[in-house]
Order: sequence, then C-alpha cells, then structure tokens
Amino acid sequence: MQSIVHVVLAGLSNGMFIWLVASGLTLIFGVLGVLNFAHGSFYMLGAYVSFSLVRALSPHFYLAMLFGPLVVCLAGWAVERWFLRAVYRLELPYQLLLTFAFVLIFDNLVKIVWGAGALHPPPGLGPLEGSVEILGRKFPIYSLFVIAVGPLVALALWALLERTWIGRIVRAAASDREMAAALGVRVPALFTGVFIFGTWLGAVGGALAVPYVGVLTPGMGESIIIEAFIVAVLGGLGSLKGAFLGALVIGVLNAFGTRFFPAFDMALIFLLMAAVLLVRPRGLFGVARS
Amino acid sequence: MSPAAGSRRGARALSWAAAAALVALPLLSGKFATYLGVRVALLAIFGTGYNLLLGRTGLLSFGHGGFYAAGAYALGLCSLHLTAHPLPGLALALAAGAAAALVVGFFCIRASEVYFSMLTLAFGMLIFAVVWNAREITGGDDGLVGVMRAPIALGPLRLDIAGERAFYLLAVALLAGSLWLAHRLRRSPFGLTLAGIRENPVRAEFAGVPVRRYRLAAFVISGAYAGLAGGLEVLLESNARPTMAHWTHSAEPILVSLLGGLHSLLGPAVGSLAFVALREVVQRFTENWMLAFGVVLLVIILGFRGGIVGAVEAGLRARRAGRAAP
Repeated sequence: MQSIVHVVLAGLSNGMFIWLVASGLTLIFGVLGVLNFAHGSFYMLGAYVSFSLVRALSPHFYLAMLFGPLVVCLAGWAVERWFLRAVYRLELPYQLLLTFAFVLIFDNLVKIVWGAGALHPPPGLGPLEGSVEILGRKFPIYSLFVIAVGPLVALALWALLERTWIGRIVRAAASDREMAAALGVRVPALFTGVFIFGTWLGAVGGALAVPYVGVLTPGMGESIIIEAFIVAVLGGLGSLKGAFLGALVIGVLNAFGTRFFPAFDMALIFLLMAAVLLVRPRGLFGVARS
Repeated sequence: MSPAAGSRRGARALSWAAAAALVALPLLSGKFATYLGVRVALLAIFGTGYNLLLGRTGLLSFGHGGFYAAGAYALGLCSLHLTAHPLPGLALALAAGAAAALVVGFFCIRASEVYFSMLTLAFGMLIFAVVWNAREITGGDDGLVGVMRAPIALGPLRLDIAGERAFYLLAVALLAGSLWLAHRLRRSPFGLTLAGIRENPVRAEFAGVPVRRYRLAAFVISGAYAGLAGGLEVLLESNARPTMAHWTHSAEPILVSLLGGLHSLLGPAVGSLAFVALREVVQRFTENWMLAFGVVLLVIILGFRGGIVGAVEAGLRARRAGRAAP
C-alpha cells in the first residue's frame, strides 16, 4: 500500500513535467494549427539555460528559474517570427519539417554550448530540499511542490483563456482567423505571442526539472516530446483538459511500469495508446479540425 | 524529329551514360569511394521507398528508422543463428521491414495526418527502446556484431561479394531494381490513386477509394524498402546497431527526398548522392553535421521545395522556353 502511494506520487510529479510541455504544445496547435516538434527542445533549452543561470546567480535560485525560461522565449520568438510565419500557407508536411529542422539545430547547439555529455546539477539546489514522511516513508518536498505547480498552471491557463479579454481574442483567432482579422485583431502578432507563451510553458517545465532530474543530457528533449505526443494522442490535440488528464495518466503509468516491469516500462503506455487509437482516433477530448 | 522526341532520346542517352558511370566507378576509383558509393546506393533504396509514402501519398513518417532496424536485425539474427547465406537474410530483412510497418501502420494510419506523424515518431522510438533493452537477443547498445558477408551460392553459381567492388555492384543492381519497381508503382493505377489521395483524400474517399487501405499499402511497401536497405547495411558494416532505429536516422530518408525532390522518381537517389557527399565534406571540418543538415532543411523548405531535381527541371524548362521564343 505504502509503495503504491509513493509510486502514484512519483508518477504525478513526473506527469506535471509532461503536462507543462504538453500544455504549450497543445496551446500552439490549438491556436496556430501547427504541431511543434521542437517543443521538447524548448524544454531542454529551459533546463540548460536555467542550470547555467543557477550557477551564475548562485544563491538566488528563484531568479534563475524566472529568467531562464524568458531567455528561451527569445528562441521561440525567432522561430515563429522569422521561419514559421513563412510556412503557414504551405502543406502540413512542410510545417512539421520546419519545426523538425529546429530539433536538429537546437539539439546540436546544446551539444556545442554545453557539451555532449551529461551535466549533473549539484544536489540541494534551492530552498526546497529535504523530504517529508508520508505513510512512513520519505518523499522529497520538491516533488510535492511540482505536484502543486501543475494544477496551478492548469487553473491559470483556464482562467486566462476563459475569463479574460485576451483569452477571448485568442479563442476567436483560433476558431476563425480570417474573421478575427476582419474584426481588427492583429492575427500575426497574436500568433507570435501565443507561440512565445507556449515556448515559455515548455521552458518553465525544463527549468523546474533542473533540481528534479539530477542529470541533464542533450537527449532530454526528445524523450519528453515523445511523451507529450502520446499525451496529445490520448487527450486529443488542442484540448488542454485532455493534455492535463493525459499527462497525469502517462506519468502514473510510467511510474508503475518502471517500478513493477522495468524491462518493459514503455509497454503499458503504448498498449494504452493503441487501445485509445482503436476506439477514438482523435483522442478522448479531441475535436475535428479542418 | 520533334523536339520532344529529341529531348527524350537525349534523356535516355544521359541515363545510359549515368548507368555506365555508376558501374565503372569502382574500377576507376579507390576503396573508400567505392564504400561511399555503396552508402549512397543503400540510402537511395531507403529514400526511394520512403518517397513513395511522402512524395507520392503525402504522409510524413518519422519512424522509418524502426523498419530499417527491423530489416537490419532480421538479417543479423538470420546470419548469426540460421544461415550466413545473404539471400534468405535479405528476404527476411525485407519481410521484417514490411511486417513491422504493417503492425505500426495498422495503428497510425487510422489517425489524421498530424497524429500520423507524431505516432510514427513514437512507435519508431518504441522499436529503438525495445532493441536497446532486449540485450539477450539484440545485444543491447553493443548491437549485433560479426555478421559475415558470405558468398551468394545458387546451385553451381557462386557470387563472391566479400570484396568492396562486388558488393558495390550488388548494391547498385538492387538500387536499379528498387527504382524500376518504384517507377512501375508510380505509373500503375495503384500509384496514381496514391497521388489522388495526396491531392485530396476527401474526394478520393467519395470516389470510392478505400483511403486507409491504400495508405497502409504504401506504408508497408516503404517499410519493405527500408528493411532491405537495413539488411544491406548489416552486410556492408558487419554489424547492426540500435541507433538505426533512432529518430535522427528516420530523418535521413526525409532529408534525401527533400534534397533531391519530392515529386520525381530519381529525387531521393540524387538527394542521397548529395547527402553523402555533403556529410563527408561537413564531417571533415566539424562534428556538428546535425546543425548543418538542420540549416539545409530550413533552406530547402523556405526556398527550394522542388529540391535538386526540381531546380534542374525548372532550369531546363526555362532554357527550352527561351529557345522556343527567340
């Protein structure tokens, strides 16, 4: 019983990182209609940049966590403004391939700047070290903090999109960009803004992962983007609710897989994904999109 | 003689000359150039099959490295445990690539195009993870090593392919066969239907075409090409590695198809030549060839979507138009 509770908790905290990446991915897809393969790279960049900032601003852990993702937003801005904007009118494969080119570019840039080997953040970063006792076993406080951040982000996103003036404009542009443009919305600028915001969400995930994962590698972006894709398949692309639930399910299943069937830890997830695909090819909360 | 017939005769003469040059290459050049020639031929087989899916059917798969690896490990395991004879090994490689594509395709084809691309990436990396973890069978991260390049024995006939030149000729012959088959497929009612699906899947569906089944068929055929190319690479390098299934390897047939030209038969083959040549040059100067290819990919997407073949064709057309209207 204890071990199951702990596995669930570990799975939830893993799931929150997947959620942060999947939320940006699904927001960008929902508004811009572009699937960003490079989103995992933004997560990775968020982690690496924040790691360097943590060292530079040593005692001020939170400043580093705040500024790291903002630096990555510059990369997101450049990608959307100078490249993605040129291919919105092209066929789908070209849009996917453009973002894929940035996976190759960012992964390689990280290897150039930080080296191809693994980086190990020193233990005890930030004030949230230590652990609390849950059902007689220790559980890291930082993981509990991550478990709390995820739903807060979800709530903030929901409020932003459903309850504010800017959210209403974003939803309008998402459902009909010509009509929104005709009504005076500056759609290109809005798209840039949404892309940057999505980038920021992924990069925040990366920054939060620095004290959590214990090791940074140039491959960390690709494993999380694959998990985010699976989440998108489960929950339905473009649905934030689906992304949140999907990320929790994948996180917990993953933790169970690693704990009980270490040799086939991916198998459970893929079985679930195959089952969902057979029953609902657009995912649990997916909507048709022309 | 009409100008069209003249240009057709010119094209035929040009392709015979190219074929003669391909066969003569190993006689005129050193071992390393022959080896690179084999790499170009294998990549061209991989890319030609892949482009039946991307260029012809309009589906972007990021998982073909998985099928390549399926072929590679099928040949490796066959050679190590059953028989070192290359023919059953290559047949198994082809079948393994097709079978893996059939299973993965069964799930991925059901989804719309965006989902399709995500899912193929995920399944390709699943194959990577399986190969990496199943250490007892696949050798894990060491891969399968020590695969022999045994002679092809057919009754009294014995073809020794251990030498680089002989293996080069085998690879070129298989590439020619692959191109011929792709050519026939593109011209067939099947291939034309695939192009119709690419242009407008909804209309194809209304016309009574079972779109999913056609897409799955194209997926499986491209998987078989990938398996064959993977098997041949094991014969070339005498080992199979898990990185063959990695997504960076799945990107190669995409790159060569785009580089050469999506909408022509020879595009991926021309692209393979350019890709291998470019990689050799880039690797002389820097280890960062992924960065270089990311940039090349950007340039193609933003400016040269016809690829090399498209650019050459546009150039020829412009010259012909200039001559027709002086």
